[in-house]
Amino acid sequence: MPDTLEWQTGTFLKEVERRSGTPVSACFQCHKCSTGCPIAPEMDRLSSQVMRMIHLGQEQPLLESESIWLCASCEACTTRCPMQIDIAAVMDSLRMMAVEAKALLPNARGEQFNRSFLQSVSRNGRVFELGMMVAYKLRSRDFFADAEKTGQMLAKGKLSLLPKKSGNAKAVADVFRRAEEEEKKR
Amino acid sequence: MKYAFFPGCSLESTGWDFALSTRAVCRALGIELVEIPEWVCCGSTPAHTTNASLSVALPVMNLQKAKEIGLPVLTACASCYARLRTANHTVLNDPEERGRAERITGKPYDGKVEVRHLLDVLVNDLGVAAVREKVRRSLKGMKVACYYGCLLTRPPNIVAFDNAEHPSCMDQLLTAIGAEPIEWPFKTECCGASLSITNSGIVNRLSYRLLSMARQAGAECLAVACPLCESNLDLRQADATKAHGPIPATPVLYITQLLGLALGLSNSDVGLEALSVTAEPLLAGIEA
Repeated sequence: MPDTLEWQTGTFLKEVERRSGTPVSACFQCHKCSTGCPIAPEMDRLSSQVMRMIHLGQEQPLLESESIWLCASCEACTTRCPMQIDIAAVMDSLRMMAVEAKALLPNARGEQFNRSFLQSVSRNGRVFELGMMVAYKLRSRDFFADAEKTGQMLAKGKLSLLPKKSGNAKAVADVFRRAEEEEKKR
Repeated sequence: MKYAFFPGCSLESTGWDFALSTRAVCRALGIELVEIPEWVCCGSTPAHTTNASLSVALPVMNLQKAKEIGLPVLTACASCYARLRTANHTVLNDPEERGRAERITGKPYDGKVEVRHLLDVLVNDLGVAAVREKVRRSLKGMKVACYYGCLLTRPPNIVAFDNAEHPSCMDQLLTAIGAEPIEWPFKTECCGASLSITNSGIVNRLSYRLLSMARQAGAECLAVACPLCESNLDLRQADATKAHGPIPATPVLYITQLLGLALGLSNSDVGLEALSVTAEPLLAGIEA
């Protein structure tokens, strides 16, 4: 009798389970995660649909979906899943797999923001907001969004013009380099 | 009571008033904070969605420093709190990940430095009775919606000091200083966090939903304990109401700002000038 679930022989489900460390195959489609998801109205695939697509091995449409980049990591789904599936961790794994697969990123702004943020941390040991925002705007070409907020934030002392470097910035740069290497060995 | 303080990046920039009021409240309550020397960013959401090894190694660098000074860690930012706790949980339960973190940081770490949130310390170590005794200016009658957001109580196997679906630590503290926390259903609903940068329309929708529900439930202001919640509900309030409909201007204060005022500190002691929606009309009714 042929296997009905890909995980018995499979690749995608098995790989997602390995990377996220959580039993995606235990999902029985109760949709509790989707019901409580704050971003559900904007998602092209609800979180319960994401679980099902993993079961069915629909790798490409999933890695190209907008949903994986819209998840706010609020952990409501993870907290409420009756099968203890760490759904937020699955979303993290899918993002990493999408970047590795160079999947067409329909909402690349999430990935551009991540890169800008982490680049700032690797240089300064801490986030330098203004520098991070400039890097993000250059990547996303999203120049006009929130331009007036920047002035408001500067006036209220919420943004500084220069980075507040950690004295440990050099060690952080080394940690970034070694973390990249470790990640490749996984 | 003495703790290794981890401020985190936001408390040096967008949330400087959270840092100022946290330090002032701790001083007033006899809690000593020693800033972790040369602390580094916890990596926040960009790290855990990009590189799992990095998301453990960055918090571990700070926990190793705290271990050197021999103090439990205290943090006020909900996101830093969740990241530091998650790193401990990972190192304690997964020998492979522990090995990875130790190789990356070049130092041993056993996952055993205690990480506490400020609210946990105030409610469970100091106790609300001790706070009540020090009140010099009761916030009598102030109707506050306590907004806990996501990461203060989630996921509950990692951050376990309050109930995940119906937390009460902020309500208890506000009751102790004379305020009247209201009952409302969105205590732990998400504000959209850093989607404010990449998809501000989503954050406008979520902020509007939170603010209008708080108002419907009878609140005049919100209390928060996360720099992203504050900025999404306060700085973006004008955008949210412009996009979705009018709501009376609703001040969004850090709980430490409200506590500080009740302990007799001045508006500038707790950084009220940093708020976009002014709290002045709200405080006009409170006796000096």
